[in-house]
Amino acid sequence: MIEFRNVYKRYPQGLDALADINFGIAQGTLTLLQGHSGAGKSTLLKLIAAIERPTAGIVTVKGENIGAIKRAAIPWLRRNIGMIFQDQKLLLDRNAFDNVMLPLAITGFPPKEAERRVRAALDKVGLADKENAMPVALSGGEQQRLAIARAVVSRPALLLADEPTAHLDPDNAREVARLFHEFQQVGVTVVIATHDEALYAPYAPHRIALDHGRIIGHAEKSA
Amino acid sequence: MSAWINQQQAAASLAVQRLAATPMATLLATLSIAIALALPAGGQLLLASLQTLGQGNSATPQISVFMALDADSKAADKVADQLKGNAAIADVRFVSRDETQKRLRAKGLAQIIDSLPSNPFPDTFVVTPLDTSPEALDSLRTQLAALPRVDTVQVDSAWAKRLSLLIGLGRKVIWLIAVLFGIGLVALMFNTIHLQVLTQREEIELSKLLGATDAYVGRPFYYFGALQGLLGGVVACGIVYAAFALLQKPVSDLSALYSLNFSLTTPRPLEALALLVLSAALGWLGAALSVRRHLNT
Repeated sequence: MIEFRNVYKRYPQGLDALADINFGIAQGTLTLLQGHSGAGKSTLLKLIAAIERPTAGIVTVKGENIGAIKRAAIPWLRRNIGMIFQDQKLLLDRNAFDNVMLPLAITGFPPKEAERRVRAALDKVGLADKENAMPVALSGGEQQRLAIARAVVSRPALLLADEPTAHLDPDNAREVARLFHEFQQVGVTVVIATHDEALYAPYAPHRIALDHGRIIGHAEKSA
Repeated sequence: MSAWINQQQAAASLAVQRLAATPMATLLATLSIAIALALPAGGQLLLASLQTLGQGNSATPQISVFMALDADSKAADKVADQLKGNAAIADVRFVSRDETQKRLRAKGLAQIIDSLPSNPFPDTFVVTPLDTSPEALDSLRTQLAALPRVDTVQVDSAWAKRLSLLIGLGRKVIWLIAVLFGIGLVALMFNTIHLQVLTQREEIELSKLLGATDAYVGRPFYYFGALQGLLGGVVACGIVYAAFALLQKPVSDLSALYSLNFSLTTPRPLEALALLVLSAALGWLGAALSVRRHLNT
């Protein structure tokens, strides 16, 4: 599903964000990217989502070479990737239903089927009764679950999450971790950048530890 | 295909919502566009009306050949034969002295004509030359003046030429104004969409992260531009129709004073449609340029 070979990423300011990165992630696995702030976790996720391109080396996602992918082809790649951002990026002027609808609207999904899918996704994350609520009316945990519903509504093969539990209390964080595990159980490849490895320990994830842009540890299974 | 239709519908609906969400801004933009379109459109129609005036009174140079007052019908026939046989002449129309008298009587000059001891008008030939260059006209005038029993030859084209030149100049000025206002309209729409893009920046960036194509991002703005332009076009048509309706009577009264058969030509449905299509296209163009600039930076 994902492969990094001798990947380097240097930002224009001269900052080396990643250096000599090599690893592979198989379909249907749950992988944690671990490391302190600035270790390169977010950059690595951005490379997978084609938000950034590698400075050197080859990043392959679902057979697409991210370094060589044409600009026009990037949207089609991203439609197979569900993304959950640290700041959630919810649209504050739209209710929960419309936020989750956005990825389906982008793909031109038939309205009736889209509505059914949105309700199913909201139900999956426990927000079925909040579809008319505006994001500001939701708690931090609910907002994060709403972001997860938006990420999975188009049933992507790959789910990327950047510090999804960073601002959540322990109960909400556990609930979010459980949701990721459920998606993995149905064949979705899940890659999570996190500080909180203990939270995912019950689900025996793969682990890639980063430090200053380099891999310092790579464990296939931790449990 | 159905996905494409769904996206078009959604984009059009979003554009309408955005127009409706800011009624004052929409109204002001609509008026600016309408005035910018109405001025050249109205000017163009006014020139078209003036041109019909020229055509109705022979914009093509014509030569009037007046027979001597005492020339009889045989002399006139002889001249007619010679005119018909002249290769430099496209058309000849004979106006008898009685006909001229009758026409002027019908124009309200009966009292004056009746006060005259006899019909003061000569038989006349109205000649349309093939070649209307000044040299050819001069040469033909000399030829015609030499015909037997011809008293006077008069080239009637001077005023028509002047009118034609003025219309040509006016048309160029109108085109220049139209181009300038067209650029202004595109710039107005460019700026409107630029401001919208800035306010929607977060949504645009999020949409792109979720797999939106440039076309998806741009589409609501394109529709917005086209709809805003179309609204301006509709109001511009209204302004032109209203202005022409208001001016129609005074212009007709004025032209009657000068015995001219002149009236303002209101836009035909096809011309109005062309104005609407043009206004929508200019709005679309401004939006497309603005969105493209944003997406490329």
